[in-house]
Parts: sequence; C-alpha cells; structure tokens
Amino acid sequence: MLDWVNTILQGVLLGGLYAMFAAGLSLIFGVMRLVNIAHGDLIVLAAYVALVTTEALGIGPLPAIVVVVPVMALIGYGLQRGLLNFTLGDDILPPLLVTFGLSIIIQNGLLEIFTADSRKLQAGPIEIASIHLPGGIALGTLPVIQFLVAVAVIGALQLLLYRTALGRSFRAVSDDQPVAQLMGINNRHIFALAMAISLAVVAVAGVLLAVRSNFDPAIGPARLIFGFEAVIMGGLASLWGTLAGGILLGVAQTMGARIDPGWQILAGHLVFLLVLAIRPSGMFARPGQ
Amino acid sequence: MNGAMRTVRVGSAGPAHRLVFALLAAVVLGLAAAPYWADRDGIRLLGEFFAYAALASLWNLLAGYAGLVSVGQQAFVGLGGYVMVTLAIFVGVNPLFAIPVAGLAAGVIAVPVASLTFRLRGAYFAIGTWVVAEVFRLLCAQIGALGGGSGASLPARVVLGIAHDRAMREAITYWVALALMLAVLGVIVLLLRSRFGLALTAIRDNELAARSNGVEVGRVKLLVYVLVAAATGMVGAWIFLQKLRVSPDSAFDVNDWTALVIFMTVIGGIGSVEGPIIGTVIFFIMRESLSDLGSVYLMILGLVAIGVMLRAPRGLWGAVAARTGWQVIPLRRLLRLE
Repeated sequence: MLDWVNTILQGVLLGGLYAMFAAGLSLIFGVMRLVNIAHGDLIVLAAYVALVTTEALGIGPLPAIVVVVPVMALIGYGLQRGLLNFTLGDDILPPLLVTFGLSIIIQNGLLEIFTADSRKLQAGPIEIASIHLPGGIALGTLPVIQFLVAVAVIGALQLLLYRTALGRSFRAVSDDQPVAQLMGINNRHIFALAMAISLAVVAVAGVLLAVRSNFDPAIGPARLIFGFEAVIMGGLASLWGTLAGGILLGVAQTMGARIDPGWQILAGHLVFLLVLAIRPSGMFARPGQ
Repeated sequence: MNGAMRTVRVGSAGPAHRLVFALLAAVVLGLAAAPYWADRDGIRLLGEFFAYAALASLWNLLAGYAGLVSVGQQAFVGLGGYVMVTLAIFVGVNPLFAIPVAGLAAGVIAVPVASLTFRLRGAYFAIGTWVVAEVFRLLCAQIGALGGGSGASLPARVVLGIAHDRAMREAITYWVALALMLAVLGVIVLLLRSRFGLALTAIRDNELAARSNGVEVGRVKLLVYVLVAAATGMVGAWIFLQKLRVSPDSAFDVNDWTALVIFMTVIGGIGSVEGPIIGTVIFFIMRESLSDLGSVYLMILGLVAIGVMLRAPRGLWGAVAARTGWQVIPLRRLLRLE
C-alpha cells in the first residue's frame, strides 16, 4: 500500500517535468496554431547547451539555467522570425514539415558534435538528498524542487498571459490576427516573442531533464510525444490543464513501471488513448471549447 | 446556325499521351527484365526504390489529397512486417502469400486507429498517429515469441520455401516489389480518375467547398485512410521479407518509414501522382552520392525539404507542371471540340 502511495507521488513529481514539456508546446499552439515537431529536440538541445555551459564555466547545472534560458529564448526568437513565420497560414503542412525537418537537423547536428554517447549533468550532493514525510515516505529533494519549479513556471506563464500587456497581445493575435494587426500589433514580432518564451520554458525543462536522467541526441521525439499527450489530456489551451495532464501521464508511467519496467512508456500511451476515447476534448477542457 | 454541328467531348488524355504511354511501357518492361541485366546490388537497390516510391505515393494520397497529414505510417509498415514474419514462423505460410494477409490485417486495424486519431485536428492528428505507432512498437517489443525487443529472423526453411536458389529468390522478391509498386500506382490512378477521385481532388482543393457540394468528407477520408494503411502494410511486409528479419525499432522507425517518405513527397511535389516518384528518384540519387557523409547527409536532406516547402510548396514537379501544363498521367478532365 505504502509502496503504491510512493509510486503515485513519484509520478506526480515526474508529471511536473512533463507539464513543462507541454506548457511550451501549448503556448505556441494557442498563440499561432503551430505544432512544433522539433519541440522535443529543442529540449535536448537545451540540455546540451547546459552541458557546454557547465563545462565551460565550471558551474553547476542549476546556476547554468541563468545562461541557458536567454540562449534558448534568442534561438526561439530568431527561429520564428527567420523561418517559422514564413510557414504560418491556413495549410498545416508547411509548419509541420519545416519543424519535422528542423527535428532531423537538430538530432543529426547534435549527433555530429556530441556523438551518440549518453550524457548526464551532475548536480552534486543534492542529487541523493531526500525529504522524509510522515508514514515513512521519502521524496528525493531534486524531484521535489523540479516539481515546484514546474508549478512556478506554469503560474508565471498564467500571470503573463492574463495580467500583462504582452499577454493581452498574445491573446489578441490568437483570437483574430488581422484585427490584432489593425490595432497596431506587429504579429510577426509577437509570434517571435511567444516562441522565445516557449523556448525559455524548454530551456528550464531541458536542464531539469539533464539532471534527472541520461540524455542523448535521439531522445527528443519521445519528449515531444510526452508533452503532446499532457497537452491533449489536459485539454487544449488551458495551462493548469497541462499540469494536470502531465501529472496524469507521470502517474500512469510510474505505475506502469511498477507492474513491469517494459510497461512504463506503454502505460502512459495507453492512458492517453483511453482519455482520447472517452473525453476527446481533454479531462480539464473548459466547457464550450 | 451555320449548320456545322459540333460535338463536345470530355476526355483526359491528350494526343501526346500515346507516346508517353509507350515510353512508360518500355520502362516497365526494362525494369521487369532487371534480374537479367543488373547485378545483385542493383536489384536490391531497385527493389528498395519501388518500396519507397509506393510508400511516398501512398502518403501523398493520404496527405496531399485527403488532407490527412499522418506522421505515423510506420505503424502500418511495422505491422505488415510483423504479420508476415509471424505467419511465416508459426503458420509456415509462404511469405509471398503472407503479404496480402499483412495488408488485410493493417486495413482492419486501421479502422479503430482512425476512430481514435480522427478525433484530433490537423497537426495534433499527426502526432496522435505517431503515438499509435509507438504503442505498436512497444507492444511488439513485449512479444517474447517474436524475440521481444531484439526481434526475429525468418527461418531458413521459410526463406528456402520461396525458391531454392538464391539468385532466383532475389529475382522473385524483386518482381514482387515491382508488382506491388505498379499495383499501388495503378490503384491510385484509377481511384483519382473515378467519381471518388473527383471527390478527393475537391477535398484537396477546398474542403469546405467540397462539403457544401455534397461530398461526404468524413467517409471519404476514412476510406482513404484504411486503403492506404492496407497497402502500406503490404509494402511493409515486403520490406521485411527483403531484410529477412524484423525488430521493433527497425519496423516502427519514424525516420525511415515516415520522415524520409514525407521529404521525398514534398521535394518531388505533393498533390500530384508524378511528384512522389520524382521525389523518390531525387532521394535515391542524393542518398547514393552523399551517404558517405553519415548524419550530415540527413541534415542536408532536411534543409532541402525545408527549402522546397518554403520556395516551391508544390514541389519540383508542381513547379514544372505550373509552367508547362504537363501531366504524365492524365488526370485532369479536358473539354475538346471535335
């Protein structure tokens, strides 16, 4: 019994990471209806940027976030203005194909530079520290920090969207592009800012991923799929929904892994398909959407 | 009235098409005779080319005409391979006969897959199909009798069942690939020339307009999805018959069976019958000349696909056709006065 409680708690903490994969995806889908196939590979790219940063500056992975976030945000702004803005339109094929191409380019570029070797970032003694809860449950300090960071990031995104002028512009271009433009909003700049923020979230997620587990250039697509599953299960266009979706996915995976290690990922996918079958609009979609 | 009655005829082939057909027939005959003029490597390469040309043409029908942009077609390639190997190992069926069974299985399974993934719109549909392919891969890795994660090989007795001597077996395998590709292309052309094809072309050009003119868009899409899945399953069965072994990672590989196929289709020209074939030719030329570069070659391919998508969204063939009005396979209906 206690084992299962522990498993579920681990799943919840893991879900925080998935929610961060999902938040970046959800933000750009909400603002410009773009589904970024390279999202997972950008997470892995952020992990490698963190690797280079920690090695070059001799700092730990958590301080390295201060460097990785602006680097990824700049890449996001440039990518959107220089490439992805030209793919937006009624046809879904151009953004899909271009980001698919980007995915292949990033994967093979990383493979060329860093080889296929598995890497991991070392965070020091904090990695083995744990927090003891009543009832004999112990939670790793690092997973708890990761979860809190995820909640903070999603809370910050929520505030940004609903309490700031920039957030108002995001919602305006999302609702009606031509009218937003008439109101003096530079859509291309707004889209690029949205991508920059998406990749800033990706940067945090990438660093946390790199501390948590091994990574290599080929693991991006699976991260994209996890993020996507969390978005759909949470219900499109709801940020707190993506957190719930991420947690559901994390719990499904840790419970699957408890039954049989080979079932970890499969259990997550099956729960996703189940949600799709019974509640295609997501578990937490707002009514009327 | 000057008394001269004029008949108007609707046809699709122009006078130049007789020559084109004669040329195509000559090419097909030449290809059929390949086991007599090409070496072993050449035959293998041509067989692989036929398989990719069929996959690209099928993906084009799905995405270019029915608007179903799937990135999960590896689900059916892998399924076809696994059904073929299972039948060959456990039932002792000749793998050649297992190919149509694999197609049938893929078509049947495509129905529930469609009922789930069709709930997702646009690009989310694309990733949904990918999840399904991942589920198939992980499930196949759980089947101990088929080697789990490391996969299974076709046993020697099964391979010898095709033909005892190796050259003959390779020739038969090659002819099957040629026949499969020709059948896929033939069915696609017949489909597009039929009433159903008219509905499909209408959906390609404007889904809303097609719907308002009475095209049952949902049914047409489902039918295309299932048909393409069945044919993709047959091609998949052939691919792993040639490889003589199947494993979850190779059978359900998103890069090999979907990313490359999409790049070929887009580079050649999506939304035309000729485009995917031309794209496959370009891909094979690139691969054979750049494969020494390793992963850099895949980066170049990705860049070329992005460049084509941005500069010429209808691909190379689309750009040529827009300038010249050419069509090798007559699909457009032309009015002619006689």
